[in-house]
Amino acid sequence: MAITIPSQDHTDLKPPVTSIGAIGWIRSNLFNTWYNSLITLVVIYVLWQVIPPFIDWSLIKSNWTSSSAECHKSGGACWSIIHANIRFIIFGFYPPPEQWRPLTAMIILFTLLIVSRNRNWWSKNLLFAWFAGMMAMGLLMTGGIFGLAAVDSAQWGGLPLTLMLSVFGLTAAYPLGVILALGRQSRLPVIKSLTIVYIEMIRGVPLISLLFMSAIIFPLFLPEGVTFNKILRAQIAIIMFTAAYVAEVVRGGLQAMPKGQYEAADSLGLNYSQTMRLIILPQALKIVIPPTVSILISAFKDTSLVVIIALYDLLKTTQSTLSNPQWMGFSTEAYLFVAVIYFICCYFMSTWSRRLEEDLDTGR
Amino acid sequence: MTNNKKTENNDPSQGKNKTDDAIIKIIGLHKWFGDFHVLKDINLEVKTQERIVICGPSGSGKSTVIRCINRLEEHQRGQIIVDGTELSNNLKHIEKIREEVGMVFQHFNLFPHLTILDNLTVGPIWVKKVPRKDAEELAMNYLEKVQIAEQAKKFPGQLSGGQQQRVAIARSLCMKPKVMLFDEPTSALDPEMVKEVLDVMINLAHEGMTMIVVTHEMGFAKSVAHRVLFMDEGMIVESNTPDQFFDHPEHERTKLFLSQILH
Repeated sequence: MAITIPSQDHTDLKPPVTSIGAIGWIRSNLFNTWYNSLITLVVIYVLWQVIPPFIDWSLIKSNWTSSSAECHKSGGACWSIIHANIRFIIFGFYPPPEQWRPLTAMIILFTLLIVSRNRNWWSKNLLFAWFAGMMAMGLLMTGGIFGLAAVDSAQWGGLPLTLMLSVFGLTAAYPLGVILALGRQSRLPVIKSLTIVYIEMIRGVPLISLLFMSAIIFPLFLPEGVTFNKILRAQIAIIMFTAAYVAEVVRGGLQAMPKGQYEAADSLGLNYSQTMRLIILPQALKIVIPPTVSILISAFKDTSLVVIIALYDLLKTTQSTLSNPQWMGFSTEAYLFVAVIYFICCYFMSTWSRRLEEDLDTGR
Repeated sequence: MTNNKKTENNDPSQGKNKTDDAIIKIIGLHKWFGDFHVLKDINLEVKTQERIVICGPSGSGKSTVIRCINRLEEHQRGQIIVDGTELSNNLKHIEKIREEVGMVFQHFNLFPHLTILDNLTVGPIWVKKVPRKDAEELAMNYLEKVQIAEQAKKFPGQLSGGQQQRVAIARSLCMKPKVMLFDEPTSALDPEMVKEVLDVMINLAHEGMTMIVVTHEMGFAKSVAHRVLFMDEGMIVESNTPDQFFDHPEHERTKLFLSQILH
């Protein structure tokens, strides 16, 4: 009778195949309990129902270059609506021979935005470049000098209008919001109560009503003959509205600052504005980057509300395209296209802010 | 009155013509927090190069006294005169006094978003309008003095508590203050880091800095102070040389306090 002695093998054994690798990951993340398994199966079923038909519609059966008549016959997506109308969607009523001007303006803007992403390039020169860029953009859009034909602002529209309302709106609203937040923290009762009244009043009304006021009520108070650019009025309404929200977020950041930071700055002899500029705001603004960016993103999307005062922003030009009988019924394609543009802009802001947060992290 | 063998030869009472020149004069100081009377008739004169330790139980108002000197707290009655300037609501006076009075806090209060070097230069550059290059040179000198120069490019969050407190001392010194106030500078430190901070303070004392130190480090008081003040319930109960103070305390309250902290 033979006795089998277990082999004295000391080499490390591999873990069972079921606990590592793809199978292991699936087991421990998707099928680790009976209810997780159930949820996984439901999700897979829903995806199966949604994705293949979407791919079929948007890619396989889609039309990219065909005319609208052919589109109507096929069951797939009609992407030709985009390129057939791209000029109107992007530029609105801007005179077609002059559309290179808003295009150049947007290219300048995107270049500046992308350059500004890299914090190593932040300098006085970049600030100057922004200033020069904004001047150039304004000049390109308006025209009237240097041989450029004048284009009335009533003809502005589409993406340049959306971007302009947003970029100017957000860059003006942010510092204004910071000033309002400081005002709300002020020890001077007059300043404090004025800012509180302002913030609460603005936050208490919807943006739409502010836009209405700026478009319809405000001109009633102007003397006869004095007109005020409609876009500018909408711009001011957006700035006032966004600033109030930024102010409250910044106030949260200011309140989170330890008292010791103020005391240390005071004891060095820094005055109020130095303390705020050098010590308090850099820290307070940093901690409120995430909520601030949320506000900026939603303000960016809210610029589409200017349609109600008959400004043709990107969303409105798209919508107008759809009222053309030739292209009726292709709203899904058109809106998806606009959604992608909005998404790219918002995603840019959100990654930019995350990167900024990482750069500013000093290991506190 | 301020004769102490251990303090070598920078005894202020023997100083040149400064004998009558109190750099800080506090006369009949009262302060309330709401209804609570925290400081009751505080009178104190500090001469140039004099070193004073204030001790006492918590809530006795010792921190509040030194915080009044650079107006981190406002007093309601009495006078505080620093180097000939009286503290009032006049912002100019407050700023002038803060330039001349350095302060070190229990929790360091370094600026976490600035490098160590920038922490030190922010005061000289913006308050004293020193050119950046000179300010950085000055800062490096002080960092070497507190033996931390190699950390200049780091951020406060990357340093130990003891290192942070030494940076905080250097930051105050960069303003070339005439008086240094210390508000429990070692209370928030791990025990093994207390000594490195005290050593810096002792060096400073040997260089003739005028210092007012709120602390429970009785060893430091014995070896460095010209005078020890004992405060309780918002009053200065006892003021004496360290020898007298520790060996022959006059008041019952002082005796009780000493018996509790010197085991």
